[in-house]
Amino acid sequence: MPPARPSASRRRTVRPTTYRHRASHPARYLIPAFAVLGVFFFVPTIFNFVYALTDWSSFKSEIGFVGLRNLEDLVSSGTLLTSLRITLVYAVLVAVFQNLFGLLLALLLERDTRINRFARVMFFIPVVMSALAVGYVFQAILKPDGAANSILGVVLGQEVTIPWLGDTTWTLVVVALIHSWKWMGLSMLIYLAGLKTISEDVLEAARLDGASSWTAFRDIRFPLLAPALTFNVATALLGSMNGFDIAQATTGGGPARTTELLNIFIFRTFGQGLFAQATTMSLVLFVVVVALALPVIRTLRKREEVL
Amino acid sequence: MTATTSASIVARRRDVRDVRDVRAGRRHGAWSRIQPVVALLAVVLLIGMPLWIVVVTAGKTQAEAFSPDLTPPATWQYAENFSAVWQQGRVPAAFFGSLLVMVPAVAGVLALGSLASWVLARRSSRLMAVLYALAISGIVLPPAVVTIVLLLRQLGLAGTAVGMIGVYMGMYMSTVIFFVTGFIRTIPAELEEAARVDGAKPLRVFGTIILPLLAPVLSTATILICLYVWNDVFYAFFVVGGRLDTLPLNLFQVASAGLYLDNWHLIFAYVLLMSLPLLVVFIVAQRRIISGITSGAVK
Repeated sequence: MPPARPSASRRRTVRPTTYRHRASHPARYLIPAFAVLGVFFFVPTIFNFVYALTDWSSFKSEIGFVGLRNLEDLVSSGTLLTSLRITLVYAVLVAVFQNLFGLLLALLLERDTRINRFARVMFFIPVVMSALAVGYVFQAILKPDGAANSILGVVLGQEVTIPWLGDTTWTLVVVALIHSWKWMGLSMLIYLAGLKTISEDVLEAARLDGASSWTAFRDIRFPLLAPALTFNVATALLGSMNGFDIAQATTGGGPARTTELLNIFIFRTFGQGLFAQATTMSLVLFVVVVALALPVIRTLRKREEVL
Repeated sequence: MTATTSASIVARRRDVRDVRDVRAGRRHGAWSRIQPVVALLAVVLLIGMPLWIVVVTAGKTQAEAFSPDLTPPATWQYAENFSAVWQQGRVPAAFFGSLLVMVPAVAGVLALGSLASWVLARRSSRLMAVLYALAISGIVLPPAVVTIVLLLRQLGLAGTAVGMIGVYMGMYMSTVIFFVTGFIRTIPAELEEAARVDGAKPLRVFGTIILPLLAPVLSTATILICLYVWNDVFYAFFVVGGRLDTLPLNLFQVASAGLYLDNWHLIFAYVLLMSLPLLVVFIVAQRRIISGITSGAVK
C-alpha cells in the first residue's frame, strides 16, 4: 500500500487536464465511425492485397493461391502498362484543362454583378448533373452526324465529319475535355473564393507602381491562389484517376480500348467473372494513387508554405 | 485646426482615389463594357447549347431524335417520352431506391463522423494523431471496389441497400472527419465547460453545445456527399447492380438498351427527369450551396 500512495498523488497533480479530457471526450465515441471505416474501407483494402494473389473467379467455387501470376499476366499482355498510361495521361489532361477553364471562368466572372452571379450558377449546373448523363449527352452531340459537326459545318460553310469519339489518339483528349467541362464550375468556385481572399490594397499598390493587369496576375494574384490551386489540382487528379462514368458513357473504353481507364478495365473484367484480375488492377490503382497523389499534394503544400 | 487637417487629408485621399479610378477606368473601361457580353456568350455557347439539345431532343420522336441537334421538335411530345421512360426505366422505383440509399448513408456518416471528430479534435496524444491520420486517409485512397463485393457476400449484405449504405459511409467518412475535425478545433473548448460544470454527460454536451455549431460545415458536407452518392453509378454497379433500382443505374440500363435502338429521345428524356430533382434543389438553395462549398474548400 505505501508505495502506491506517492504515485497516486503524483497522478493527481500531473494529469488533471488529460484526465478531464478523457472523461469528457470518451474514446468510445470513436468506435462507431472506426467500425464503419474498418469494415467497409480498411478490410476490403487489405483483401485487395490478398485476393490479387489468388485465382478467384466466377467459374469455380474454391479460391486458390497463385502468387504473382495475375500481375505477371497483366504485365506480359501489356494491358497493365497500356491502361496505366491511359489513366495517367487522362488524369494529367483533366488536371490541366479543368484548372485552366476554372481559372479563366473565375477571372471572367470575378466582379460581383448580376450577370456574373447568373453565369456562375449556370456554370455550376454540370457539376450537379450525373456524370453518366453528361457522358451520354456528349456522345449524342459528338456523333459523326451529330450537333457538333453540323454546327461546325454551318460556321465553316462546308460539311464536317470529324469522328470525335472514334479516333484512337485524340478521343482520350476529347473525353478529358468533357470531364473538365463537367467539373470546371467547381474549380471556378474555388478560384473565385481564392481571389476574394486577396486584399484589394496589394493590387492597388501594384497598380500605382504601374503594373499591368497581366503582371499583377502573374506576380501577385496567381501565386496567392496557391491554396485554391492545391485543392483544385488534387481533386482533379484524384477524380480523374478514379474516373469511370464519363468515359464509359461516351466511348465505353473504345475505340480499340484507347480510352480504357483502369476503372473501366476493372468494371469489364469483373463483369466477365475474372474477379482476381479485377482485384489486381484495383490494387494497381491503389498503389498508383498513393505513389502519385501524396507527392503531388506535398509539393503543392510546400508551394503554399513559401508564401 | 484638427478638423481642417483631417478634412484636407480626406480631400487628398479622395483625390488619390479619383486618380486611381481614372487610371483603372482607362485601363479597364473597354473590358468592363465587353465583359458582360463575353460572360453571356460563354454561358450560351458552353452551357446553354448542350442543355438546349437535351431539352429539345427529349421532346422529339424517335426519327427526329436520331441525330440530336439544336432544332426544336415539330411537335413536342414530352408526355409520350416521359411515360415511356417512366415505365422502361422504372423511374419511381429508382427514385425511391436512390433516396433509400442516400438518406441513411448521409445521415449516418454525418452523425458517426462528427461524434468521432469531436473526440479527435479535443484530445491530443500520439495515439489520437495516428487515429486521425488513419481516419482521413480515405480522402486520397481509392476504395477497393472488387473486394468490397466479396466482403459483403461474406457478411450476407451483397446486393442489399444496407450494404450499399455501409459502402458509401465508409467511402465518405474520411471527408466528414477531415472537415468537421478542422472546424471543431476553431471552437473554443471553454464553451463546453459551462455545460459540463452543470453536470451534463459527454453525449449531452456534444448534442447541445457542439452539434448546433457544426451547422455550416455539416451543410457543406451534406451537399457534397449527396451530390456524389446521388450520381454514383460505378460503386452501385458492383454492390447493388441488378438487385436494386437507382436513378443512375437505370439510366445506364435505358441507355444500353436505347443505344442499340438509337433511342436518343428516351435517353434524353430520362436524363432530364433524373437531373430535375437535384437541379431544383440547387436552383432553390444555390446561394447557400455556393457559399458553403467555397467556405469549406479554401483553408
